[in-house]
Amino acid sequence: MERDDLIVNDSYAINNSHTNEEGKAIRKKLYNVTVLLTVITIIEVFMGVFFKRNGTVTWETIKLGFIVLTLVKAAYIVLIFMHLGDEKKILKYVVLLPYALFILYLIFIGLYEGVSFQELNSTWR
Amino acid sequence: MAGHTQNLTKDEMWGGNASPFGVSYGKMMMWYFLVSDALTFGGLLTAYGVIRHASADPWPVGEQVFESLPFLHGSYPLMYVALMTFILIISSVTMVLAVEAGHRRDKAGVIKWLGYTIIGGFFFLGSQAWEWSHFIHGSGGGFQVNKSLTVTGEMENGEKVQMTLNAGNWVHMESEFGHAYEHALEGGHAAPAADAHGHDAHGHDAHAAHGSEVAAEAHVDAASMHPEALILNKYVLELKDDKDIRKVKVTGEDCKKLWEAKANETVVFGANMHKNEYAVQQQYANFFFFVTGFHGFHVFSGVVINIIVWLMALGGEFDRRGHYETIEKIGLYWHFVDLVWVFVFTFFYLV
Repeated sequence: MERDDLIVNDSYAINNSHTNEEGKAIRKKLYNVTVLLTVITIIEVFMGVFFKRNGTVTWETIKLGFIVLTLVKAAYIVLIFMHLGDEKKILKYVVLLPYALFILYLIFIGLYEGVSFQELNSTWR
Repeated sequence: MAGHTQNLTKDEMWGGNASPFGVSYGKMMMWYFLVSDALTFGGLLTAYGVIRHASADPWPVGEQVFESLPFLHGSYPLMYVALMTFILIISSVTMVLAVEAGHRRDKAGVIKWLGYTIIGGFFFLGSQAWEWSHFIHGSGGGFQVNKSLTVTGEMENGEKVQMTLNAGNWVHMESEFGHAYEHALEGGHAAPAADAHGHDAHGHDAHAAHGSEVAAEAHVDAASMHPEALILNKYVLELKDDKDIRKVKVTGEDCKKLWEAKANETVVFGANMHKNEYAVQQQYANFFFFVTGFHGFHVFSGVVINIIVWLMALGGEFDRRGHYETIEKIGLYWHFVDLVWVFVFTFFYLV
């Protein structure tokens, strides 16, 4: 606990408390994010239900759209709801960079292997 | 001591006796745990992607597999999952409001919002139970044909389309006939006679009349049953002349032809760990069970932890400690569960 006490200036530190005005501002931000997340979810469902029948937009584009919207949702959840955006830079990087590095590698190797499997499957079966 | 950290030089800050990350030990460790847990889920979803990518057979389309709502007939593609997503997002919001109340040392606010979060968690778990039950029971079942044949069917918009099937291709039954057939196969008198509430044994897709009809048929031999209509491309998407052909209904003579070509050993109703009616690939059902099950278990543990912390808040524990940081830590976990669902929703149901 001694060491935690050194970080009083951080607005989310243990022994700092928010005033009612601060709380009001934070709540306003949270409500806005809620509306945004809900709207994105509704858009995603509509895309999933209707866009596949539409020949003018390719399915690949829609998929990319889903992934971008998902990442936007994820960013809002992590940065606002989990308020990682308000933490120190060093904590942000310690959490996000190793994960990004690992997951990009995992996705790359997954897609690479998947394509290879598929080729073998369709060649040799 | 206010602003102390800001005045430290770099050497002082990293020289010990200070908190360079600006968070307490517990919160730091919660973040580390979440990173590792996110890698677990990332690994699961990547594995799903690999298997799906590697598959030579068509993969089921989410909006065609998940299109039912409790107590309602008809097709409501993705509505139920969207509802589950919405429930989880809302419970995430109530959780963040509990955290916010904690920062103001507002005990009543914490108890109220954390309480709502727990209720939201129960709603989500209940929804998932229904979803699993529906997935396991299936909606009609299907079989593979034992020879190649060409039939003419009707698309949803009434257009006729000619379909050529190869041996091993899937044909699905309509839900009413499928359920009746399943019960007949299970053996005569064990029919799903309507229970006191008018539901059949599956608790869904039941009319009041359906139960009694089936009961009347209970002694009918399964071998003598014939469907009025069969469905092609019920769960997968096939493109023909740039049109997507889904749920092609085959009736009359062609329906009979398909029924006669039924390979009996391939008849499947719903899904289990060995076979499923949705796809040729068993991995599809297995990933569904594992990924949503693993996530559901996280939600369950989250609800349990939330209840414990809610009781602690009720008992005034955090006022004694002088801070509500525990709310923030469980809040991180709960938001993470929501975050994972956002990805499961995209990769399992939408893409």
